[in-house]
Amino acid sequence: MRYEAPDTIKAAVGLLSKAKGTSRILAGGTDLLVQMRSGMVEPDLVVNIKGIPGMRDIVADKGGYRIGAAVSGAELEEHGKVGQMWPGVVEATNLIGSTQIQGRATMVGNLCNASPAADSVPAMIAAGATARVVGPKRTRDVPVESIATAPGKTSLAKGEFVSSVFLPKPPARTGSAYLRFIPRTEMDIAVVAAGIAMTLNAKGVITAARVSLGAVAARALLVDACAEAIIGSTLDDAALDRLAAAASAAAKPITDKRGTVEFRTKVAGVLARRAAVIAYDRARG
Amino acid sequence: MSAVHVSTKINGDDVEFVCRPDESLLDVLRDRLGMTGSKEGCGTGDCGSCSVTLDGRLVCSCLVMGAEVGGHEIGTIEGMAQGDKLHPLQQKFLEGAALQCGICTPGFLIAARALLERNMDPTETEVRYWLAGNLCRCTGYDKIVRAVMDTAKDMRKAAAKSSAKKPAAKKSPAKKTAKKGARHAA
Repeated sequence: MRYEAPDTIKAAVGLLSKAKGTSRILAGGTDLLVQMRSGMVEPDLVVNIKGIPGMRDIVADKGGYRIGAAVSGAELEEHGKVGQMWPGVVEATNLIGSTQIQGRATMVGNLCNASPAADSVPAMIAAGATARVVGPKRTRDVPVESIATAPGKTSLAKGEFVSSVFLPKPPARTGSAYLRFIPRTEMDIAVVAAGIAMTLNAKGVITAARVSLGAVAARALLVDACAEAIIGSTLDDAALDRLAAAASAAAKPITDKRGTVEFRTKVAGVLARRAAVIAYDRARG
Repeated sequence: MSAVHVSTKINGDDVEFVCRPDESLLDVLRDRLGMTGSKEGCGTGDCGSCSVTLDGRLVCSCLVMGAEVGGHEIGTIEGMAQGDKLHPLQQKFLEGAALQCGICTPGFLIAARALLERNMDPTETEVRYWLAGNLCRCTGYDKIVRAVMDTAKDMRKAAAKSSAKKPAAKKSPAKKTAKKGARHAA
């Protein structure tokens, strides 16, 4: 195994493009080192991107925030302003692991590890976040939901990596929330998760919404039917019932040691409903 | 596998080492530098017994590559006591019997110190959540949490005392140095 720590994106892309065998990006390393240790992955090349300018920065951009690929969960929380703008995203990211893990783990790593249960991903999808993909041919900005394709698999081509995610400026009266179900209070992986963002008009009517479900399919889902279920409403009981039904209908989970198909399907609706109530209250301010 | 040469700072001292690129910082500390205070419980970032600080930030050293710490500052349990003088947390852990087998203790101490450096007045809930990444199979956590809360209380008292003496603040650093020197002489 070769270890490289380039100081430019260009050099990193060059290394990844030319590499034979298996290459891995090292940002927080909280997934990579565990996978290497268990023998799940034996990289021929590890590229540490933390020394590349911008990777550890949170930058105000077009009214929103661009978050570098190596910004840790703790740094995101301490920034404060990102959490005021997109509380759902920061809360979701801060749910990942312990204090020690928060000191290292990154949102972009959570995205590119492509676990269907990744906490930050449904929250980012709900926020309409985009990922900046750098590579040998060009740099492209893509919706976050297009990165993961299946457990452990991404749409990134050889030589490409995600250098940052962008959280756009939310319209006035926008609220966001993320909830997950775990059988304990801390230090666990989502059995079911729901991330929601919504925008209200002055009368409290929902004019736009994005709803994403985690851990109920091979990747986090963006569920248009859930958004349609609540747009035009003031999130009354009937709208919440429609939302829960749409979320359960969209869930296509598996049964594993952490939950059954039946449980996950039902809880997808319950969490979507509860997250919507929180997001609505936040949107009203 | 090509070896990596690393220059870093551990507990304030300049340290150089050579390691394989797949070695964790914990492997380097224990097997190359002989600093065996940091323990390996799980090796997967779940138990916290390998906790160290990296540029002041609490991390699991089993999830940090040895190759990537060049130019950074590491704090380990070996740097916690000043000579024979235990850190207040260490003293309270002893007094309160906040340990039994001791394997998790270095990790708890490093993690608790990181908490108290940020928040000298944590609630019990804050202490428990902050330490959720440190597992102990002996104590049931209660004595550990109490030791951290008691240390915080002492630190607040000491801070209140020193701020009450603020007008004479200019003199106190000199006093401290003198004391330290005396301790070393002794």
